[in-house]
Amino acid sequence: MKLTKEDVKYVADLARLEFTNEEIDRYVHQLTDILEYEEQLNELDTSNVAPTAHVLPIHNVFREDVVTPSLDREKALMNAPEQDKGCFKVPKVIE
Amino acid sequence: MERISTIHEINDLINKKEITYKEVTNAYIHRIESVEEKVQSLLKFMPEEALKKAEEADESGNTLSPLNGIPYGLKDNICTEGYETTCASKILYNFVPPYSAAVAENLNASGAILLGKTNMDEFAMGSSNENSSVKKTFNPWDISRVPGGSSGGSAASVAAEEVVFSLGSDTGGSIRQPASFCGVVGLKPTYGLVSRYGLIAFASSLDQIGPITKDVTDCAIVLNTIAGHDKRDSTSVSMEKKDYTTFLNREIKGMKIGIAREYFAEGLNSQVESLLKEAIKTYRDMGAEIVETSLPYSKYALSAYYIISSAEASSNLARYDGIRYGYRTEEFDNLLDLYKKTRSEGFGEEVKRRIMLGTYALSSGYYDAYYKKALQVRTLIKEDFDNAFKSCDVLLSPTCPTTAFKIGEKSANPLEMYLSDIYTVPVNIAGIPAISVPCGFDREGLPVGMQLTGRAFGENDILKAAYAFEQATDFHKKRAVI
Amino acid sequence: MDYEIVIGLEIHSELDTNSKIFCGCSTTFGAEENTQTCPVCLGLPGTLPVLNKKVVEYAVRAGIAMDCKIANFSKLDRKNYFYPDLPKAYQISQFDLPICQRGDVEIEVGDYKKTIGITRIHIEEDAGKLIHDSGEGTLADNNRCGVPLIEIVTEPDMRSAAEARTFAEKIKSILEYTEVSDCKMQEGSLRFDVNLSVRKNGTKELGTRTEMKNLNSFRALERAVEAESRRQIFELERGNRIIQETRKWDDDNGESFSLRSKEEAHDYRYFPDPDLVPIVLENSYIKEIEDHLPKLPWVRKKDYMEKWNLSEYDADVLTVSKDTASFFEKTVEACGDPKSVVNWIMGDISAALNEQNISMKDVKFSPGDLGELIGLINKKAISVSIGKQVLKQMMETGESPSKIVEKSGLSQMNDEDELKKIVLTVLEKNPQSVEDLKNGKEKAIGFLVGQIMKETKGKANPQVVNKLIKDNI
Repeated sequence: MKLTKEDVKYVADLARLEFTNEEIDRYVHQLTDILEYEEQLNELDTSNVAPTAHVLPIHNVFREDVVTPSLDREKALMNAPEQDKGCFKVPKVIE
Repeated sequence: MERISTIHEINDLINKKEITYKEVTNAYIHRIESVEEKVQSLLKFMPEEALKKAEEADESGNTLSPLNGIPYGLKDNICTEGYETTCASKILYNFVPPYSAAVAENLNASGAILLGKTNMDEFAMGSSNENSSVKKTFNPWDISRVPGGSSGGSAASVAAEEVVFSLGSDTGGSIRQPASFCGVVGLKPTYGLVSRYGLIAFASSLDQIGPITKDVTDCAIVLNTIAGHDKRDSTSVSMEKKDYTTFLNREIKGMKIGIAREYFAEGLNSQVESLLKEAIKTYRDMGAEIVETSLPYSKYALSAYYIISSAEASSNLARYDGIRYGYRTEEFDNLLDLYKKTRSEGFGEEVKRRIMLGTYALSSGYYDAYYKKALQVRTLIKEDFDNAFKSCDVLLSPTCPTTAFKIGEKSANPLEMYLSDIYTVPVNIAGIPAISVPCGFDREGLPVGMQLTGRAFGENDILKAAYAFEQATDFHKKRAVI
Repeated sequence: MDYEIVIGLEIHSELDTNSKIFCGCSTTFGAEENTQTCPVCLGLPGTLPVLNKKVVEYAVRAGIAMDCKIANFSKLDRKNYFYPDLPKAYQISQFDLPICQRGDVEIEVGDYKKTIGITRIHIEEDAGKLIHDSGEGTLADNNRCGVPLIEIVTEPDMRSAAEARTFAEKIKSILEYTEVSDCKMQEGSLRFDVNLSVRKNGTKELGTRTEMKNLNSFRALERAVEAESRRQIFELERGNRIIQETRKWDDDNGESFSLRSKEEAHDYRYFPDPDLVPIVLENSYIKEIEDHLPKLPWVRKKDYMEKWNLSEYDADVLTVSKDTASFFEKTVEACGDPKSVVNWIMGDISAALNEQNISMKDVKFSPGDLGELIGLINKKAISVSIGKQVLKQMMETGESPSKIVEKSGLSQMNDEDELKKIVLTVLEKNPQSVEDLKNGKEKAIGFLVGQIMKETKGKANPQVVNKLIKDNI
């Protein structure tokens, strides 16, 4: 699987990362290498194999619908790079 | 005062009133002060808080647990309320969690004393600690070499006797590989045995917290404290608590130890191989039955691992966007620019590489070819182990194909670095437990680790086998000279 | 050329749980910004979600009420995208294995009935709220992050604004009746996304569709459908193509505009959430919920018509909202006079509610009180017109009718001797009217009765008064 620069740019965009041209070239190479290594999985016929998303056979883990204390607002916001009026502040979002 | 190394030794001396908790903590503080410059295993050092707690332990006279008054280290991806928890990443350089991880709460309740937060590969991605955005940690046995990773700081701090024990996290070998490189004991418990609540996620379906200790007895003691159901973690298993120390001193005669032929194939360093063969002989001499077995799909584990772990990581690490916590870029034009600059500046190279790989593997049109395929291979690997454990109780293998490599030796080629995890990764894929214990030293005096793998929730089996080996050998008693 | 409009809806409804879907924070609406958050719903590193049991139960209830197949096995997935109202940068939702699938809901539009297919119902978490009014930035309030939602997705089965509206109203009533959601539309507990396309009559293939998101009133929904279908037909008639896009409905100006400029490829990279385990529902669990499902509106409607002889129209109106239906049923229980209860609820009470812009839930008095009022009238303790005055006070104060009657001395004057004195005085004062009446001008009696009512503050029994007037002229 040979990746193109466009592939790398598309993925970078999805992941909200930006790269210089050299970095993109490097990623084209490195990711292609890794994906080539991944090719070996295609040796396996898995058409009748169920995927394992969870290794443990557990299901139905629930909590009761009970309200527990929330954080003090001060604590909720204490790590915010920017805050205003009790909220997290971000650059203007145009809807 | 002579250095006293293990939890059980300290407890003996405390019981005989030959030493106080304050003296223990002070000894470790002094040790850190004298060797940390060379080892660089800590990101945060908390001597005042630790001493205060030690004094309180002496005054109260209560023994809360065998960990009472024992100084320890926590990998810096385990949240500690009120203290920075950074994952050794620039993007979390100033993050102070308003809550503590379940394991940190458990250790605190047991009376153990947190002495420092340990260095790691950024977001636990790496096998050498060279990916820390803060600093490199050095191997106490040879400071020109890496301590392994990603829990390199946790393993190095125990090997350098800066702490009595530490906790690491293991996603693909991140406890066992550094334990092997640093000549200490490292256990990755069964997925679901130890709560992940408060462990900053790398790959949620693979991550597990475990102890790094100087010997197997200590490992069992720490596991007793951190294992158990936590209702805040949906993947935490609800089952009866075991006292793991009760499984140590048991008869090993007749125990079936499996040797998978795929684990003794090309790529394995010949010195490592011969030490492993010695270990097999030791077991045979003790009366264990050696059984040859096979894990035919294990060679696909690394491929599956890199897809699964990177895909999960790409999603887990999306929350670092400069809005609620952590690093935010200085200058930006708009929201999109803020996101991209913050993340591009805040994450290191390896982390970005995995986010890219994982995002690609999940992106439209590729899900089936990569992610789904990897989950199917996961099924095959899991079945591999199920089959193997039909004929044996534990599997014996090297932990790593080599001993600790030189700093910079593998950092140019990511794929080569990934191969360091070839024996440890299948265990995480299958969710089963494995321990790495010292099994000798190569000609350069570097420690070699042996991995014992058990069935799901078979920690008792691997601890029993590991303990028997330790009783028959002296490798665990040798300390690095710094 | 005639066109057919093809509409599918995606309806988001906040579930009426006490706590959020994955943590214990309260879901109460209107709290101060960021005071109902915790490490879990803030998506702090290291935190993990645990599913609220009630959310599953509510989704199953809604599914049963909409005649869905309830999945024995379903799971939660992550939908990945970046937005400042989404702290984890993924929304926990359901992708390929939703909790309910393939349902049907019947609607009645004017004189015809029609079945709308339900594609699926899944559970997910709500996002936070962005506040745009602060000068140079946008503010994020995360109180709503993690409030449980169900998303109901329909087949493209609706063909007009009226059908879409009727269907939406029906869904609201089902959700209220099953006590799954309070459906407070002004608080955003019920939101509609409209997928709409048009095609020439007789065409089989669907046209290109557009999506309008987050309509939060029936009126907006209806108007958006009308405007968007007109726009699409207009474009097609001019030979233009419809572009598949998300459009924003501006209810103030009655038009939608394209969000295309800000659109990007939606590549949500769904995958199973490794932090959450599958939901396995046994048939016995599903049956248990089915057996305890609150009575649905169409069942009640049938009951009203058969048991209490209500007209179809009355039964329809009463069952539009669950609060009204319950109030009605309880009042009938209290007074045993369904016809009167219908008249009061659909008459004075409904008018008063409209006037004050409140709903049945906000009424201060109880069904027992209304039953008592009807009883007083039926016993002739008060007249109907006094009854109306009493009701007004009940609406204002919530006091019981007997107390109001007693306090304000409103009980009816039936005593002939007492009334006779007043009648005679009024007749004496109005000789012209008396004369008119004598001359056969029947209208004059109305005036005289009115005067007597005025004297007695409306308390006089009108039948007695009529008789007394006729006896004394």
